[in-house]
Amino acid sequence: MIKHFLTLEWKQYFRSSYWQKNLALNILLVFLALYFIVIFLALGFGLLPILKEVYPDQDPFVVVNGFMFFWIIIDLLMRFFLQKLPVMSVKPLLTLPIKRSTVVHFVLGKSALSFFNFLPLFAIIPFSIMLMADGKPPSMVLTWMFALILVVLIINFLNFIIEAFSAETELSFLPLIAVVGTLYGLDAFNIISISSLIGDAFMGIANNPILILVPLGLLLLCYWFNFKILKEKLFLDASLKSKVTEVKVADLAWTKRFGDIAPFMQLDLKLIWRNKRTKSSVFIMVIGLLYGLFFYPQDIYRDLVWIYPFIGIFVTGIFLINFGQFIPAWDSSYYKMLMSQNIKYEQYLRSKFILMTLSVGLMFILSIPYVYFGWKILIAHFAAAVYNIGVNSHVMLYGGSFNRKKIDLNQRAAFNYQGTGAVQWIIGIPLMILPMVIFALANWLLGFEAGIAILIVLGIVGIVFHKKLMNLITQRYLDAKYKMIDAFSQDN
Amino acid sequence: MIYTKDLSKSYNGTAVLNIEELTIPKGQSFGLVGNNGAGKTTYFSLLLDLIKPTTGYITNNDIVVNESEDWKPFTSAFIDESFLIGYLTPEEYFYFIGDLRGQNKADVDALTSQFEDFFNGEIIGKKKYLRDLSKGNQKKAGIVAALIGNPEVIILDEPFANLDPTTQIRLKQILKDLAQKQGVTILISSHDLMHVTDVCERIVVLEKGDVVKDLKTSPATLKELEAHFAGRLEPVEEEE
Repeated sequence: MIKHFLTLEWKQYFRSSYWQKNLALNILLVFLALYFIVIFLALGFGLLPILKEVYPDQDPFVVVNGFMFFWIIIDLLMRFFLQKLPVMSVKPLLTLPIKRSTVVHFVLGKSALSFFNFLPLFAIIPFSIMLMADGKPPSMVLTWMFALILVVLIINFLNFIIEAFSAETELSFLPLIAVVGTLYGLDAFNIISISSLIGDAFMGIANNPILILVPLGLLLLCYWFNFKILKEKLFLDASLKSKVTEVKVADLAWTKRFGDIAPFMQLDLKLIWRNKRTKSSVFIMVIGLLYGLFFYPQDIYRDLVWIYPFIGIFVTGIFLINFGQFIPAWDSSYYKMLMSQNIKYEQYLRSKFILMTLSVGLMFILSIPYVYFGWKILIAHFAAAVYNIGVNSHVMLYGGSFNRKKIDLNQRAAFNYQGTGAVQWIIGIPLMILPMVIFALANWLLGFEAGIAILIVLGIVGIVFHKKLMNLITQRYLDAKYKMIDAFSQDN
Repeated sequence: MIYTKDLSKSYNGTAVLNIEELTIPKGQSFGLVGNNGAGKTTYFSLLLDLIKPTTGYITNNDIVVNESEDWKPFTSAFIDESFLIGYLTPEEYFYFIGDLRGQNKADVDALTSQFEDFFNGEIIGKKKYLRDLSKGNQKKAGIVAALIGNPEVIILDEPFANLDPTTQIRLKQILKDLAQKQGVTILISSHDLMHVTDVCERIVVLEKGDVVKDLKTSPATLKELEAHFAGRLEPVEEEE
């Protein structure tokens, strides 16, 4: 049975249009993986000498155990955002003579083979070897190593439990962040020293091999719990039962003042508000607005005048970036209909443009309080907003014509990379790096005012040539029409 | 009204549609039948300029469809569920289509109120999103949306599939009325020979992309079609 599943997996992976069409992205991922492996290997071999250097009067083994708490919570956080429970299309299997528990065991077993579980091994094993070479008793180090591997797996399954519970809610990542934040807070303010507790636990296991049964028991518990959750989900009615939500109709009459593009604006606003995936871009606006707070309160960054426009582009353009990068893929599920309807492409695109422009204006107004950190910041933000409206919005629309991936609007919202292709990576260059470079150069050669002026002038040039640019962009979309229709009607 | 000349479509060298010449006069109700892979949906997609013809062209009211978009104001279609916008309610969807076709809310309401029977109380005023409706009800909404804005050409792909018997009968009546009383050109495809002979004045049989029969509907047509399809025992090809 497992053999069948494995061949199914294999075919699913290599026959997906995603794999075939995204060789570049796959290569990038492989490089990323190699990069992390190298870093972890370096960490595994280098940690012992480093610790001896930094804490000469402490046992490095004890120091490492003291850091375990932080590793666990960071790992948990990373996994929550990046790792997803492997999916298996079970519907066709349900009517076949296969035990439900076999399917569940397979899915869970597969998750244990995730890259996230192997990555720590690249650090743990070399470090253990180094410890033994350093004269620690092998039996102790080996027990410790196995305990760590068990903990990796516990985190693996614990993550899926957390995901299962938080997936239902709109802001799924808030509870986890709250819990982790509380734990960290308790530790940081020495209310309960969790880090030393966990450190002691690891020391205990290393000294008394029998205690390894505790993490083993925890692992089995997590596995069993996952098994239970998943098995309940393995009935058709669980996935078929669609939650029918009562419609709240908002009055969008104010869009009428935009004339012939009003129907599209109403559609876009409903699109944003009524779908999980798009709704998150509204919440991300809040995060984007606060982005500047990472930088401005610190004196180091406040002196780096050349990063102001970069932050400004991000703060005022967060919605533009988030929403714009998937134009027109947001409409991919009914793109065929739009194309056969009596619409002018130009109106359709202008509606998106107006929406992005409005968002930039709104974000700029909301970001005015940053003036507290200096008037230069306000001016830089203003220049960035003008640049966003004049240049970046057009770049976004133009880049959109290269989008070839369907977006499933009903998927989970935050940290969903479905529909992301090379376009989204490439477009970031002109969007954020270019204005930063232009400004940095002008700032360095001519001074702050000149840099700001150049950004504003570029933005105004874009606004002046708006009609011309839109014609160009519309032509691009018309040329790519058949390709887009074809691509959007395929599932990845 | 619709004139097709030397039209062909091939994917990687395999021809899926090949029509030398086909004229559909104004006000005709035109039925397209054929087994899976015969090219019905391909023909409709070409007619709506959703795919590019390999050779030849289609004109709709003397407008070459893949060169100008001026056919769009008087042409409407419902091909499949991808023509619906899942996160709108049926009413909002009707108003949206109405907006695109220059109809105000009152016009749309007037039109949809004629279809209360057809909707069977399951579409309007239910405060449900289209994505939450059943397949059959989605189809009803899509078909009615295709009637908004007094189109002169209506294209429906498999309109009878997924509908319950009552609705099928009502739909047949609606389509007949449109063609006979209002002079609308209707193009439908169907696997149901009985329905299609009921509704259409003319039936064209496609087979592997070629027109093999072009019949003016008469009482003998159904028999002839049944004989045609029963007589062939070729393997059925993949879904188009």
